[in-house]
Amino acid sequence: MKLTVWTYEGPPHVGAMRVATAMKGLHYVLHAPQGDTYADLLFTMIERRNHRPPVSYTTFEGRDLGEDTAGLFKRACQDAYDRFKPQALIVGASCTAELIQDDPGGLAETMNLPVPVIALELPSYQRKENFGTDETFYQLVKALAGPVEKTPHITANLIGPLALGFRHRDDIEEVKALLEEMGIGINVVAPFDATPHDLTRLGAAHINILMYPEHAETAARHMERTLGIPFTKTVPIGVGATHDFVAEVARICGVEPKKDLSRLRQPWWSKSVDSTYLTGKRVFLFGDATHVQTAARIARDEMGFEVIGLGCYNREFARPIRQLAKEFGLEALITDDYLEVEKAIEDAAPEMILGTQMERHIGKRLGIPCAVISAPVHVQDFPARYSPQMGWEGANVIFDTWIHPLVMGLEEHLLAMFREDFEFHDEAGASHHGGHAPRAVEGGQPPVSEADSPRSISESKTDMPAPVETGTDVMVWLADAERELKKIPFFVRGKAKRNTEKFAAERGVTEISVDTLYEAKAHYAR
Amino acid sequence: MNRPANIPASTCRDAPILKERGQREVFCGLTGIIWLHRKMQDAFFLVVGSRTCAHLLQSAAGVMIFAEPRFGTAILEETDLAGLADANDELDREVARLLSRRPDIKQLFLVGSCPSEVIKLDLARAAERLTQIHAPHVRVLNYSGSGIETTFTQGEDACLASMVPVLPGTEDRELLLVGALPDVVEDQAVDLLTKMGIGPIHVLPAPRSADAPGIGPNTVFACLQPFLGDTAAALERRGARMIQAPFPFGEEGTTLWLKAIADEFGVDDATFDAVTAAPRARARTAIANASEHLRGKSIFFLPDSQLEIPLARFLTRECGMVAVEIGQPFIHKGLVGPDLDLIPAGPTISEGQDVEKQLDRVRAARPDLTVCGLGLANPLEAEGLTTKWAIELVFTPVHFYDQAGDLAGLFSRPLRRRALLKLEERA
Repeated sequence: MKLTVWTYEGPPHVGAMRVATAMKGLHYVLHAPQGDTYADLLFTMIERRNHRPPVSYTTFEGRDLGEDTAGLFKRACQDAYDRFKPQALIVGASCTAELIQDDPGGLAETMNLPVPVIALELPSYQRKENFGTDETFYQLVKALAGPVEKTPHITANLIGPLALGFRHRDDIEEVKALLEEMGIGINVVAPFDATPHDLTRLGAAHINILMYPEHAETAARHMERTLGIPFTKTVPIGVGATHDFVAEVARICGVEPKKDLSRLRQPWWSKSVDSTYLTGKRVFLFGDATHVQTAARIARDEMGFEVIGLGCYNREFARPIRQLAKEFGLEALITDDYLEVEKAIEDAAPEMILGTQMERHIGKRLGIPCAVISAPVHVQDFPARYSPQMGWEGANVIFDTWIHPLVMGLEEHLLAMFREDFEFHDEAGASHHGGHAPRAVEGGQPPVSEADSPRSISESKTDMPAPVETGTDVMVWLADAERELKKIPFFVRGKAKRNTEKFAAERGVTEISVDTLYEAKAHYAR
Repeated sequence: MNRPANIPASTCRDAPILKERGQREVFCGLTGIIWLHRKMQDAFFLVVGSRTCAHLLQSAAGVMIFAEPRFGTAILEETDLAGLADANDELDREVARLLSRRPDIKQLFLVGSCPSEVIKLDLARAAERLTQIHAPHVRVLNYSGSGIETTFTQGEDACLASMVPVLPGTEDRELLLVGALPDVVEDQAVDLLTKMGIGPIHVLPAPRSADAPGIGPNTVFACLQPFLGDTAAALERRGARMIQAPFPFGEEGTTLWLKAIADEFGVDDATFDAVTAAPRARARTAIANASEHLRGKSIFFLPDSQLEIPLARFLTRECGMVAVEIGQPFIHKGLVGPDLDLIPAGPTISEGQDVEKQLDRVRAARPDLTVCGLGLANPLEAEGLTTKWAIELVFTPVHFYDQAGDLAGLFSRPLRRRALLKLEERA
């Protein structure tokens, strides 16, 4: 038993729904009690889908439990087939139905429906949503995709994009464009908009583009094994990764790595002088493994940020994320405990968070800007405009998205220059964010004072973790030094204070004077 | 003058009820935690359930306002399912950990879920055991919010009913208002009744457990919401008596509801009129303005919040709408009877749901406005039907005079918007 307040992932049957909802001509019969239909609103509201997810719920109640829930399931199955006439059915149980052990797969098999029926075993008490997506897609591929004649020209399958994915809709277009440049055609895109019939043609492709390992790696490995289709290991998010991706595809397919860079603006935007202010911004990365992995490289190599913390919530990918963290000289945070992530971010006190919608909430509370890089998603992650993460346009989009929450370069200088001016006071924040000023980070204190932290109404102050500071209990800021510290613009004041205290502590200095402050500044000057 | 002017000759009270079973597109009772935890400020709601329960609460809440909200889910894992003794130990440990971290918590609700009920985890016994361990600082209660037992707003009923047996006894003649309403609305109700000289007035649930109302043979109570049947029954078992009335939606509903209480407390007509005249006039004006786009329009209620019958009464009698079908998850005539009395026979009254069949009826009727849950709203809009999502009716202050215009506005906004948008290509 584990106490959970907020979750990064839903149960595995929601993962199965994400596959089913992305597809056409497939129907999911889910043995589930009343209430599990809540999951429909994720698709119709967050993603603004204009149709209901293709899911029939058996909706059993307490009074059914002593009776014939198996009969109820078979009726729901027959009704769903009669009404929707799908090309294939998937059947399974939600967490409660798993306990009553009706065996939906076995029941459906006895019905001799004239279409393929694929049974899903998704252990709700062990696994989570991403397991559900990966396993469901794998089972569909295993059941439907067999050996077929290859297409005469070189073609690729794009696998992994599905419903409620972070920018999957637009990533598909970018990857298609990258492949077209190299003269590679598209065989099947799946699960997104694919029919069960389309899945039977997967074997005709020469290469699988594994867009999202979280959702399709098992299927990719299966197709490599049984159909001899190699798959890509590079996820083309970021300039460098996209170059690598093109090279990888060209190598596998034996074609020229042709690229059209005419639309790629990110490198110049990053080199131009306004971007100087991005140098060394301390960022914390958290999300699903694939997006964190790609974001880490972009942050360091393409934005000039300093990555001060990273991690992922999906344990299945803990190993590559630990490896990545090691390369960055960090300890990876592998957890799905939201409070643990919040604590890690609070302790690290980054200047920006690159995370999920969950970290956006943490950022709001702590007054730290945040850009979203990964699922779990929110209605604002489904913009009307074209907004991919992959490919050349994805690199441009990411540049804009990441700098948007920050105070802009020229503006940062103006703020420093006019900081005594009433319009440019410390709390004013970025002019393009209305009234939502980032909260000033005062010294090494936890950025949110206890008094106005939402937590303070519900958590005892004695239990608050002590502010993690090096030796502040023995360290005193002399009045002059404190006044001098106040003159430093708020957005670097926290760093200045921390650095000075660290510098002082290392030298056994207990009283910080103006001199200590500037000696520390000289020491840390880059 | 305070009686309804036009009691129809043939009403929906005796209309045949179309009872359906099949796929239900409704939330389970756990959802009530979203508003209950805001109302009871020293209570924590601990769902004993699965990842699905936690995901539902997060999805229904929509926003994550607090880092550590006063609700959470003790997620059952494989090991808990292996042996029940272990699950009880695990629960005790999680509760102890929670309460030591949250000393502000005075009431803890163990909320049963579908999985906890299927594995027959006895939360009533767990609550007794935990109350003994954590008394006198914390009282531990339990109720079921599971989908196999409750639908959406029934969760509030189950929660309030669980509190009734432990309310202190009293012999005093007191008025108890039952239901968790936003403070602004609750204050208005108490204020109107106080001005008539009625008191003392208490509310269940109280914002803090120390203020829990007393209950006894001289208590009379009025429900603020039409889904509190089990709570009403529990109060009656404690000797209290229910005042029956239509629910306080709209000018008419509010007046009839207040009047029933005023009569019980012997308030004379002059006093009643003096207190209600001004807000009644305001409500009428506001409704008239907001219902301009509603008059003559047809409306179809899919079952969702249990507010459907009282709202249909308001919309048909005060806003001039025509009801095609009024669906409720379940119909408790002891509560909604007075509202049914006021709705002229005509609309289909349905109980339960077989969503595919009901959507076929919606498509055949093509109502001007369909009231439904969030899972259905966009798909129906895409079919060219205008919808009002029902959950807003539960989260928004809509009771009593000064919200009557807002209530009509919730229904007229989708119609106004549809009329306003010019998005099609013009030839």
